[in-house]
Amino acid sequence: MGRNVKVNVEYLTRVEGHGNIVVNVKEGKLEECRLDIVEAPRFFEGMLRGRSIFEAQHITSRICGICSCGHTLASIQAAESAIGFIPSEQTRKLRKFLLHLETLDSHILHIYLLVAPDLLGVKSFVPLINTHNEVVRRALRMKKTCNDVCDILVGRHVHPISCIVGGFTKLPKPKDLDAMLALLRKFEEDMKPTIELAATLKFPEFQRETEYVGLVNDTEEYPFLEGDIGSTDGMRVKKEEYRKATNEFVVSHSSAKHAKWSRASYMVGALARVNLNYKKLLPKAKTLADALGLKPVTTNSYLNTAAQLVECVHCVEDGIRILEEFKDAGLDYKELVVVGLNEKGTIPVKAGRGVGAVEVPRGILFHDYEVDGDGKIVNANCIIPTSQNCNNIEHDMKKLVPEILDRSDEEITHRLEMLVRAYDPCISCSAHFLNVKFINR
Amino acid sequence: MMGKVRVAFFDFACCEGCQLQVANMGEALLEVLGAIDVVEFREVMSEKSSDYDVAIIEGSITTPHAVERIKEIRKTAKVLIAYGSCATIGGVNGMKNNFDLNDIRNYVYQDQARFFETIPTRAVHQVVPVDYFVHGCPVYLPEFVKVLKCALAGIPYRVPDSAVCTECKLNENECMYDKGITCLGPVTRAGCNSWCVNNGNICYGCRGMVTNPAENGAKDILEKYRIPLDWVENKMNMYNKAREQDTERKPDGKKC
Repeated sequence: MGRNVKVNVEYLTRVEGHGNIVVNVKEGKLEECRLDIVEAPRFFEGMLRGRSIFEAQHITSRICGICSCGHTLASIQAAESAIGFIPSEQTRKLRKFLLHLETLDSHILHIYLLVAPDLLGVKSFVPLINTHNEVVRRALRMKKTCNDVCDILVGRHVHPISCIVGGFTKLPKPKDLDAMLALLRKFEEDMKPTIELAATLKFPEFQRETEYVGLVNDTEEYPFLEGDIGSTDGMRVKKEEYRKATNEFVVSHSSAKHAKWSRASYMVGALARVNLNYKKLLPKAKTLADALGLKPVTTNSYLNTAAQLVECVHCVEDGIRILEEFKDAGLDYKELVVVGLNEKGTIPVKAGRGVGAVEVPRGILFHDYEVDGDGKIVNANCIIPTSQNCNNIEHDMKKLVPEILDRSDEEITHRLEMLVRAYDPCISCSAHFLNVKFINR
Repeated sequence: MMGKVRVAFFDFACCEGCQLQVANMGEALLEVLGAIDVVEFREVMSEKSSDYDVAIIEGSITTPHAVERIKEIRKTAKVLIAYGSCATIGGVNGMKNNFDLNDIRNYVYQDQARFFETIPTRAVHQVVPVDYFVHGCPVYLPEFVKVLKCALAGIPYRVPDSAVCTECKLNENECMYDKGITCLGPVTRAGCNSWCVNNGNICYGCRGMVTNPAENGAKDILEKYRIPLDWVENKMNMYNKAREQDTERKPDGKKC
């Protein structure tokens, strides 16, 4: 008791984007605990106004390099539903496949390069090049495999080229399907040692009950691309009513825009998805979830990384299934689209509003557009997974700090950094994110 | 030079996709890491350093704090490389300059807009001198590697100043204009191997305009296909709006 601790981590590393952790303990009492977001605001929603709905995907993909396929898919879903366009079965299936690739790519980056250094006690993956060379090589190889498949499917992973409103401007040929299948099989091989490595990693102990939010559906499919918004507290609304779920609000102590649904805070992301849709995981993924102790409802936020691993197993298996189905049934190349700014009026446009709700690697992402009869964007709103998690991260930190006050300042700081990193926060995405520092020094 | 060159990566307002392009090199990244000493790369490393030879800058300058920070980096760095459209031409962040800054702040952040200090988007060279440019959204890795080699060898790199069409023709793509679609290839700097058009999409102008666009030729195209000029201008402003912040035109292709 009576202890003072001041933690101020500026430019939190090994997360996407810029964040600060601020903790202030005075005489054993926690006075303040925040995650500040210091990313330069980029005003995406404002910039979209007046632009063609056919440019929305290209622009919003640039909100975040690492989630660019996720933003692409949420943007397209919102845009198509605003103008009343219904995509074909083939297009939806290709989009699901693309989203799997993004999930795999992002999760592998997070597990190996951003989290593993903590669990192996080093500052970054660079020292691991000497001590764990094979592990680093495997990580980079797996990441590159995802990229190579994306190159074939959509031109590139960072800011995909051929996936647009209306469909695809390029469709994989039979030899492309073979090439992607061979790459994914290689990835599947690399998953084996990845799982073995994961079994040796020790995640910190921590428990805090919270609400887990993500897509839910009434089919057998583990939902990533389509569904309603549901929670482990039994809530469920249509995606168009996302504001009922996010309830963004301002808190006086930090002027931060936070989200909550039926409790003080909620969590989105891999752990939320596994908690919500555990039963729909493919068998191998479910077996791994059991082995890692991820029976729903798991309330240790550090295990979000373990949940990502489970999703990798699921996505690679489902990805291979999709490719094999395309190989058997073939693709309909007549579905190829040339759209541009819809100069030729290929796609009928009507005024309206549309919402996209997509499970991207870090959790559920919302895009919401209103367009006029000419297809010009009148209003736009995006709600990013990390901004939804921010409130939950702070609640976690508030519970965690008093539990570890007997440790050194350095250790407390490190445990907090690891906690924030477990959420895999993507602060570049914080187009809609607000947190102002008011610390009394 | 004694020892390995010390390289630091810094990011400003951007999506960090260009850093990711570097991380996406796969095992080849290890070879690059063998040739240089990366002392700061916040996205994947906790190590930090204020002692470096080469600074690689991603992102646009959009806040007063960023202006100070880039000036400090310039003081330390012997060589400064701007990479990615946000850094080299302002990129999509420049669209903000289409609006009144107060208006756009209020639209996005409503009653808390006052907490978000913002200045018109500028490319890096509009604030401090830049030695090398790697254009593109995202950067095209083969070009990035080429520029890095030039920087390490201390020789200049010339950004291609011909239009994307020159590469597009060699790639035997069917012209977008012949498909009835407007494309910025005719006025945009080459060097990306017509990446987007190869994949069935149009060129959005992410590498910036060529120094001397064939204006008459472009007008002919617009007339031939009956395309209003403001359409093309509006498209150009998706990536290139910040060019208006250029105070002088430099003869060596370093302007935007």
